[in-house]
Amino acid sequence: MLEDLSHHILDIAENGVNAGADEISIEIDDSGDRLLFSVSDNGRGMTEETVKAVVNPFYTTRTERRVGLGLPFLKQLSELCGGDFSVSSEPGRGTHVTASFLKTSIDLPPLGDVPSTLMTLFIGNPGISWKYTHSRNGKDFSVDSKELSEALGGENAFLEPALALGVKEYIETNIDELYE
Amino acid sequence: MTDKKIRSLDDLRKLKERTGDLTSARSEDDKVKIIIGMGTCGIAAGAREIMNAVLKELETRKLHNVAVETTGCIGMCQNEPLLDVIRPGEPRITYCLVTPADVTRIVSEHVVNGRIVQDKLFGRAD
Repeated sequence: MLEDLSHHILDIAENGVNAGADEISIEIDDSGDRLLFSVSDNGRGMTEETVKAVVNPFYTTRTERRVGLGLPFLKQLSELCGGDFSVSSEPGRGTHVTASFLKTSIDLPPLGDVPSTLMTLFIGNPGISWKYTHSRNGKDFSVDSKELSEALGGENAFLEPALALGVKEYIETNIDELYE
Repeated sequence: MTDKKIRSLDDLRKLKERTGDLTSARSEDDKVKIIIGMGTCGIAAGAREIMNAVLKELETRKLHNVAVETTGCIGMCQNEPLLDVIRPGEPRITYCLVTPADVTRIVSEHVVNGRIVQDKLFGRAD
C-alpha cells in the first residue's frame, strides 16, 4: 500500500505523465475539517466507459501486468476517510482527479513528504510544466516548475543534484510556513 | 551547510551561483544514466526514497555527469524498487529490491568505478 498522501500524489500525477500531458496541476487544500486533493492534466483523456472502468483494480491499459491499483487505492482511502472521490475526463482534453478526506478520520494517513514527491516529478519529467498549489486557512503557496527552471538558468536545471535538493528545500520551507 | 533555509526564488538563484554552471560541461552521450521505476508498485516499495538517496549521494560526491530519470512499471512489481544504471557504451544493468543503503554502494562501485554490484543484480537467486 501507499504509505501517505504524498505517495498518492506522486502516483496519480504519474498517470498524467503517462497520458502524454505537458501541463499538470496539483492542488492541496488543507483548510477547515477537510483535506482536498486534486490533479488535472491536459493529456489524452479517457472515454466515459474508461472513466467508469479505471476504479476497478482489475482494469489497466498496460500489458506488463493485469492490475491497475493507483486510482482504486486512492478511491478506497478517501471513502474510508469519509470523503469523496471523482474522476472526470474528456478524450483529447485531459483528466481531473479529486479526492477529499475528513481530517477527523482515524484512517487518514499523514500528508507526508510533499517536497520529495514534487522534486521526483520535476526531475523525472523536465518537459512537463508542473504547477503545485498548497492552501491552508487563507494562506497559500504555489510553485511552477517552468518558473523554477528559468530562475535556475535553463531546461536541465534539475539535473544538477545540488539544485534539485535546493528546490526541495525551497518547497519544504514554504509549505512549513503555511503551518506556522 | 548553512542554517539559513532556502525560502525564495532569489535564494535559489544564489545557490545556482554558488554551484556554478556544471551541468552543461558534458554532452548527453557522455553521461551515466540512472533510471528509477516510479510506477504505483515502485512508489509503494520506496522508489521516491531511492530518488532522494541517489540525489544526496550524487551531491555528496559532486558527480555532475549523471542523468537521473524515472520510468513506469515494467511488470516486475515484486522486485521493486528497481534501479537501472547505464554507463556510456555499456549495457543497461538492472538492480532490484534496492534500499537507500544500496544506493551508496551502487553509486560508488558501479557509477564511479564501473564495477557491477553483483548481489543486487536483478535475477540472482540469492
